[in-house]
Formats: sequence, C-alpha cells, structure tokens
Amino acid sequence: MVKVLEMQGITKQFPRVLANDRIDFDVNQGEIHALVGENGSGKSTLMNILYGLYHADAGDIYVRGEKVQINEPRAAIDLKIGMVFQHFMLVEPLTVAENIVLGSEVRRGPFLDYKRAAEEVERLSAEYGLSIDPHAKISDLSVGLQQRVEILKALYRGAEILILDEPTAVLTPQEVDELMEVMRNLRDKGTSIVFITHKIREVLAVSDRVTVLRRGKKVGTKKTSETNEQDLAEMMVGRVVLLQVDKTPAEPGEEVLAVQSARVRDKLGTLRVNDVSLTIRSGEVLGIAGVEGNGQQELVEAIVGLTRIESGQIIFNGVDITGWSPLRIKQAGLGYVPEDRHKRGLILDYSLADNLVLGLHSEPPFIKRLGIRDDKAVQDNAERMVEEYDIRPPLPNQLVKRFSGGNQQKVVVAREFTRNPELLICSQPTRGVDIGAIEFIHEQVISQRDQGAAVLLVSAELDEILSLSDRIAVMYNGKIVTVMPAHEATEHKLGFLMLGGNLEDYQGEGGNNSVR
Amino acid sequence: MWDVLALLVNTSVFAAAFRMATPLIFAALGGILSERSGVVNIALEGMMLTGAFTAVFVTYHTGMPWVGVLGAMAAGALMGLLHAVVCIRYRANQVVSGTALNIFAGGLTVFLLRFFFNIAGTSPAVNVIPDITIPVLNRIPWIGKILGRQNPLVYLALVSVVVVHIVLFKTVWGLRLRSVGEHPRAADTVGVNVYRIRYVAVALSGALAGIGGSYLSIAHLSRFSENMTAGRGFIALAAMIFGKWTPLGALGACLFFGYADALQMRLQNLGIPVQFVQMLPYVLTMIALAGFIGQAVAPKASGEPYVKEG
Ligand SMILES: Nc1ncnc2c1ncn2[C@@H]1O[C@H](COP(=O)(O)OP(=O)(O)OP(=O)(O)O)[C@@H](O)[C@H]1O
Ligand SMILES: [Mg+2]
Repeated sequence: MVKVLEMQGITKQFPRVLANDRIDFDVNQGEIHALVGENGSGKSTLMNILYGLYHADAGDIYVRGEKVQINEPRAAIDLKIGMVFQHFMLVEPLTVAENIVLGSEVRRGPFLDYKRAAEEVERLSAEYGLSIDPHAKISDLSVGLQQRVEILKALYRGAEILILDEPTAVLTPQEVDELMEVMRNLRDKGTSIVFITHKIREVLAVSDRVTVLRRGKKVGTKKTSETNEQDLAEMMVGRVVLLQVDKTPAEPGEEVLAVQSARVRDKLGTLRVNDVSLTIRSGEVLGIAGVEGNGQQELVEAIVGLTRIESGQIIFNGVDITGWSPLRIKQAGLGYVPEDRHKRGLILDYSLADNLVLGLHSEPPFIKRLGIRDDKAVQDNAERMVEEYDIRPPLPNQLVKRFSGGNQQKVVVAREFTRNPELLICSQPTRGVDIGAIEFIHEQVISQRDQGAAVLLVSAELDEILSLSDRIAVMYNGKIVTVMPAHEATEHKLGFLMLGGNLEDYQGEGGNNSVR
Repeated sequence: MWDVLALLVNTSVFAAAFRMATPLIFAALGGILSERSGVVNIALEGMMLTGAFTAVFVTYHTGMPWVGVLGAMAAGALMGLLHAVVCIRYRANQVVSGTALNIFAGGLTVFLLRFFFNIAGTSPAVNVIPDITIPVLNRIPWIGKILGRQNPLVYLALVSVVVVHIVLFKTVWGLRLRSVGEHPRAADTVGVNVYRIRYVAVALSGALAGIGGSYLSIAHLSRFSENMTAGRGFIALAAMIFGKWTPLGALGACLFFGYADALQMRLQNLGIPVQFVQMLPYVLTMIALAGFIGQAVAPKASGEPYVKEG
C-alpha cells in the first residue's frame, strides 16, 4: 500500500487553544479516509495546515514520500492537494467556469479564454458525472450545486489528494447519496480522499479507514470494516452516547401558532409558499419534512417576519402578527434557530458574549438605566451559557468566527433556547454539530416542548424529524401535502411523499410506489 | 422657453459635456479599479489635485505638456501607493485614510505652489495640450460637431473606458481583481496573491485620477489654482456608483454629470439664478446615491482589509 500523505506530530496552538496536539495522520493511495471527532476537535485545523492556510507550530508533512513545506495554498495546489471547505470559497457574482479556473486560468495572452474554460468544465463534469452549467452564476445555484463546483474546482487543478471538509452537512439525503457515489468513483480512479463528517452512517457507508480526534488529540485510526456505530460514537465523545431520543407522549395544550392560507413569493416573484395552513399547540413538536427548496425556508421566514407574506394570516397566541417586524415578533415570545447560521444567526465579527445577547440586547437585564449596556450582565450571561451548552473553547470574548462550525451552531441554539420561548422555530438545528451535541440539542428541544413551548421543526434529516416530532407535515412544491401523527410515519413513507407522491397511492414498503 | 429647449440639444452643449466629463471619467475609472479590488478610494479628489499640480509643475520646467501628463500619472500613482500601504499593510480604515489623503493633497499643493512658484492662488500659465481635429469624424453631421474637434485627453478618456472594460472583464488579471474584491479568502485559497493585486489596482487608480487632474490644469485651463478640482473627485465617485462599478455605466454617468455641468454654464447666461443651477449636479448626485441606481451592487469585500488567519 502506497502512502500518498503522511502528517507526523502536527501541533497547532491558537491563543489559549491547543487545536492540534502531536497528530499523526496518513492516507493511502486510492482510499477514502474518514476524519471524525467532536466540534472543535481540530479536524478543520489539521486540514487547513495541510492546505497551507494555517501554519503548524511543529510536525512534518510528507507527500508521496517526500518531505514538503506547505506555506501557502499555491504550494498545496502544486502538490496536487485540493480542498473543499466547510464554508464554501466561491465568488458569487462570477460564473461557474470563472470560479473553477480562477488562479489557474486558461489563457490566450493576457486574456481569459472563457470559451475553452467552459469546455474544460464541461469535459470534467462529463468525466466525473458532476453535471453543471458552466455559464450559471454561483449566486443562482443551490448549495448542492455549489458544492459540485467546489469539487470540480479541485479536480480541475488535478487534485490527487482531495480534502472534503463536512461536505454532507448542507446536502439533502439524495444529494448525499450522489456525493458518496462520486467519491467512490473518484477513489476507483485513484484519487485519495479525506472525508470529514459528523455522521457515522456516512463513515460506515463510504470510508476505508477512519481516524478519530478528540480535543486536539488523535484517539486512533481503525479500518472501517473493523468498527461499528456504537464503537465510533464512543471514541468520538469519550462516553456512551444515546443514539435514540427518549421522550414521553406529547400533552398538547392551547393553540399557539396558526398559519392561515399563507402565500409567499421570493425576490424573483416565484410563488414559493402556496396556500399553506397549519397550527401548532403548546407542548407539541410539529416537524416539516421535505426536500430542501420546497418552500420550507420561505414559510419559516414569513412566520418570523423576515419576508412579507402576499396573502393569508399568521396568528400567534390569538394575535394577528402578520406584517410585524422580526424584533417585535421575537419580543412577543419567539425563539428562532435559522437555517444559515452565518447569514442569519450570528455576527461573525462580534464576540461570543455579544452574539449571545443579539436581539435581547435592548432588554433588561442587559441594559441599565439611560439605555446603557450592562457589560457585566452580558459577560455573566455568556459564562452561564458557555457552561450550560458546553461551548468550546469557553472564551466569551473570542470572536465568533474563530469558533468551529459546530460550536457556532451551539451559540445560536443557546441564545434562542434559554429565554424559554412560547414558540420555537428550528430550521436544521443540528446542521454541522457532532453527535454529542445533537443528543444535547435534541434533549433541549424536547425539554422546551415539555415546558409548554410550541415547536416547529424543519429538517432535511428524516431521522431527526421522526425522532422529535409529534406530528409530521410533508411539504412539496410550496404546499403542505399531508399532516400525520408521528407514529403513522416511516422514513420510507415520508420519502415517498417528499418526492411528490400521493398518500392514497402509497402501498407501503416493498409496494410498487411510483411517483406520478 | 424655446431658448432653453434649443439649448438642451445644442451641439456645443454636448461638446462641452464631453469636456466637462473627461476628468470625471478618468477618476471614475480609477475608483472602479480600486473598489473592484476591495479598497475604497475616496482619495480620488486628492489624487486629481496632486495630478493637476504636478502636470503644471512638470510642464513649466520641460515645456512639454505630455510629459506633464506623465508626471501627473506618476504623482497620482504615488498617492495611490501611499493609500495602499496604509490600507493594505497597516489595515487602517480606508475612509479615514482617503480623507486624510484629501486633506494632505489640499495642503501639499498649496505649499508647493508657494514654494516653487513663490505665489499664492494661481500658478503662472504653461503650455497646454492643444485640441485636435479628427479627419473623417469631423465631417459626419451632428456627431462631427460634438466629437470632431476635441482635446486629445477627451479621446484618451473614451479609449480608457474601453480599455478598462476589457481589462476588467476579459483578462485573467481582471478576473482575479474582481474575485479579490468580492471574496479575498476564496481568491487566496486558489493561490491568487490578494495583496499584490490590491497594490497594483490602487496605484493604477491613482495614476488614472492623476490624468484626470492634469486635464483640468494643462488642457482645460493652462494653470494650476488652489483646490481647482472643486469636488470633482467626489462626483466621480458618485458616477462610479451610478454606473454600478462598471466602466461603461460610469461613462454614462460622467457624461450625464458633464452635460448637467455644461448646461449649468449656459443656463446662467439665460438669467436663471446661478446658485440654483450650480446645485444641479450635486442634487442629481444625491438622487443617484439615494437609491435610484437600484440594488446596491458594491464589490462585497470593498472596504475590508484582508487578514490571513493562523
Ligand atoms: N483562527 C482561529 N483562531 C483561534 N482559534 C481557532 C481558530 N480556528 C480554530 N480555532 C480553534 O481551534 C479549535 C479546533 O477548531 P476546528 O475548526 O479545527 O474544529 P473542527 O474539528 O473542524 O470542528 P467542527 O466540527 O465544529 O467544524 C477550536 O477550539 C477552535 O475554536
Ligand atoms: Mg470544522
């Protein structure tokens, strides 16, 4: 077996955080090597070092047997190392082809040979089965397609060692399957892949070996065939993890939220939510299942006041809140965990403490007389949250952008959950968080429910919908196709409905369920 | 009434519009290059002023106005480099740096005027770049009257618009420049040197603004006078925004402002209150800035220093 990559004794100290502590890591030619571990365990840091974005304090890197210095991305690219980042690195107003060739352009003198660039992209996309329109603008693409562009970007540069940093976190289940197919395909053509994920299922499905990190240290490397779900979970978290949520049956109370015949259009004027009505009562979780992009996000944003609804009404605790500002709705008792933590949930250049009071910053106890901010209260609040939600590292004054992806998610959850909102809307609440944290967030959702909150849960993870919801609505093409009690739902049935199937046509597992 | 209407379509007003637009076009192109690379440049005004002075200074000593233009470019580029060092290397606030440069340029040119020419207010007259006639063009009806005979710098401005357009949208360097101004980290991860592109762009920005200044002092007029740019750098900035950070759009906006300026001078002759007419370009600018340009499309990273992490 040829080792294409060997990292030895990699150490990286950030101010007050030892992100990598003498880590050894190697990748064989043509293998998929999964890299897993809790949020903040140092996975992205290790890979950023390999890609030349961060500089290790100690340790050696060998590529194809030779010791190398990788001080900047250019050097990594020259060594045929490619990376798809956890948060994409795409220039939105540019086209797919322009993004793919950027930095290694096809030239005609000083000019960009755009035609050849586009042809090159078409050739690559045909070769690897990653179909894409080279002339589309990045900003018009779905996340799944954007990721395809990122992968093509690496392949275009001739990557033989491909790093995928949590590529599945933002994908729909179908897209995940497609991606895994692409990965196998690449492996069979000789590419070596480092695959970072939080989902053990994916590790078991696609990888050849797996390495686990915990708090900056390597726990171990195993052959995937010689391990299992429970074993990996324990290695990651360091204790036994409950992979099941246990909850008591719901005891629904008063109706808290009622959406009546809501219609919402997006910026381009397309009807995204088409005559949707639903109700949620206190003490119950309503899950919305659906393939992403079927109007879930628009519906949620309309309820929380971020988009205007064209017609229909939103009633919160008997009051018509249609057209209210997001702040006012929030103050009326809404907690909201948005789908995109970077765009909606956080101000990346603010500190952890400041982010933890966003939206509450103008209310006591964070404000003193004369409207002056009470720094001590903000600080105390942060310390409490850090403790309670296990946000790592526990540094209230650190800028939020310096936290790992999963810990950023915990910041949003902590802020929205602690006020015990009457209505709690969670969009993809566990995106990018580790299994320990998923377990924790799930427990929190149920405990909010038990304390009487009405919970609306939108998730692309069917597991999550099935294990948390009391009732499940399926959304397809802007409409709620059906609402059923959770005990009547199965993954298979939901999958069928999500793709546009009719409930009457459903013939059960193993039946002939063609979607018309 | 008919006087006014006749004036609106008068070829000599259009010809004047091109002349008034020329310094704006150079400066606006400079602004576009700088902001597209991610560096806000409100120092265009100061760069123009420095260029205007240097053009006169060099022409005075060499007798050759084209050498004066080169001098203006060099002076503008130097100012640009200064701005670049402060903003890129020292990551200072770009608006503060720009403002400081404007004040600095105002003081410096006044000082140099006294130091070298021993006079306050206005420099001695120097040779100017003479107007030229373009053979075929000048015989085309109507257009010939407007563009048939103009200053070479007017033509150069129009050519520069096309050149900058091609550089930005057709060359490899332009692609990298735009990516650096939108998402510097993404550019960095594919091996593009963010800092180098920004330095070059801001220096070029200064050089272009410098030419714009030289037009004022050795083409339009034949001498330098204190603060002779009179806010044109800011109008150019508005034109850049009006034109959505594109050379062709900015050209349209500059011609529009130039037209308003040209009209303003004629309207004064017709007995409409001077102050009111002089307000015109500024009012239009404010309307433009207040959102008539539609959605803001500024380069996303414009104004933000790029810091490598780790
Ligand atoms: N630029 C930085 N400055 C300071 N600390 C940092 C920086 N980048 C990462 N860290 C810290 O280093 C540790 C490791 O972070 P890293 O991003 O590698 O984690 P991760 O394993 O990728 O986690 P996740 O699964 O949440 O993405 C974290 O504690 C993080 O806060
Ligand atoms: Mg990470």
